[in-house]
Amino acid sequence: MTVITTSELRADEAVFRHVIPAGEPYLFEVKAGQTLRLLDLEGNQAVDTLFYSAANPRERYDAQRTMRRQNKVYLTTGTVLYSNLGNPLLTIVADTCGRHDTLGGACAQESNTVRYALGKRYMHSCRDNFLCACLRDGRMNKRDIAANINFFMNVPVTPVGGLTFEDGISAPGKYVELRAERDVIVLISNCPQLNNPCNGWNPTPAEVLVWN
Amino acid sequence: MTTTESLAIRATLYEETVPGGGHTSFILKRGQVLRLTDVDGGANVSLMLLNAHQPSERLNLPDTLKGQHTAKLTAGHCLYSDMGRVLAAITADSCGWHDPFGGVLNADEVREKYGSGRYQELRNDFFRNGHDNLLVEMGKWNLDLQDLLMVVNLFSKVTVDEAGAFHFVPGHSKPGDHVELYAPMDTLVVLTALQHPMDPSPEYAPRPVHLTWGEAHSEGLSLACRSSRPENERAFHNTERFHL
Ligand SMILES: [Zn+2]
Repeated sequence: MTVITTSELRADEAVFRHVIPAGEPYLFEVKAGQTLRLLDLEGNQAVDTLFYSAANPRERYDAQRTMRRQNKVYLTTGTVLYSNLGNPLLTIVADTCGRHDTLGGACAQESNTVRYALGKRYMHSCRDNFLCACLRDGRMNKRDIAANINFFMNVPVTPVGGLTFEDGISAPGKYVELRAERDVIVLISNCPQLNNPCNGWNPTPAEVLVWN
Repeated sequence: MTTTESLAIRATLYEETVPGGGHTSFILKRGQVLRLTDVDGGANVSLMLLNAHQPSERLNLPDTLKGQHTAKLTAGHCLYSDMGRVLAAITADSCGWHDPFGGVLNADEVREKYGSGRYQELRNDFFRNGHDNLLVEMGKWNLDLQDLLMVVNLFSKVTVDEAGAFHFVPGHSKPGDHVELYAPMDTLVVLTALQHPMDPSPEYAPRPVHLTWGEAHSEGLSLACRSSRPENERAFHNTERFHL
């Protein structure tokens, strides 16, 4: 059962907007109390996202704690995103997609050779994006790159322990909104993946909006 | 695939029992096998794996799960690093299901679940927590919080229903149940033996686990893992390329 929750926030009242082109990284900060919207502009785009405490970038989003504390494998409205120190980083407050994945991780040159073919090594990837943004920013490095959230992605787990990849739950204009519980660094790779249907073999732009 | 009988270990190099609540770390060398045995039943081992020579390379559970289209781990599966290599292959398993979801509790979460259990009153029976236990072992290799990622909880089974909710399966591991890890590269093993975070029992009662190290009698030991999926063949290829 998917629960859709919409938002009252108006785009023209956002204090900050940025369109992330297909395949690019984007690192920015959101202050405690601000609301962040991630908008799937053209549909089926995977928005790979990591969160860090701005006060201490060693404190970061913890996928296992987040799943365990809500006793659920998928993320949606009401999900609190916990850190590796046990603190709430953000809370999902609106969601017109209904389900987001935090199990599938991010594509990488190295994992692409395993998943698809050895010759896929030189394709663009999310973990290259994460690394580039982390090292350019200077506060994080490879060791800070943990399991991420894949907003708008659907990775169902079956009762017998299978893991499948399905697409098609997102669509143009679908969004997810998060309230920051503390000052956070947001690190996004707008996934360039061309080897599976997570973005319909057609990576497209995504937009971020921030309200006070 | 479940195998109960090990032909894996040619000669035992060393044996040790980790008591419930204990933590340890060591390098499992290329070509060696580690057998973990649940002594009393109901054990849980939270496990991290890293490249012993370059520990910024470590266990990546998302890559491991999606690469093998599984949400559980058992014999025939490989545990991948974030660099597309095999840190360990599960060459034997009498349990049939090991959990990649539950993670570890921290000190606050242990206090919330089991109450206060300080060293001052309980001496070495004090309540430990997986987060601190793993950090302590990480620290001994000059690693830190950055290096503590998702863990595998060996001997524990957690199913996921259609709505995505977790269900912990009590009594999954029986006395004598075991799992074997074969290392095709030098792998730093960091582990702690504590109850699974989703185990509903309100009593703090972690169980011991017996560890046995051995030399694999041949590389054939890992063949079933290597050939179980084309992804694993390529992950082994990447591991061998690393050793050129
Ligand atoms: Zn990607």
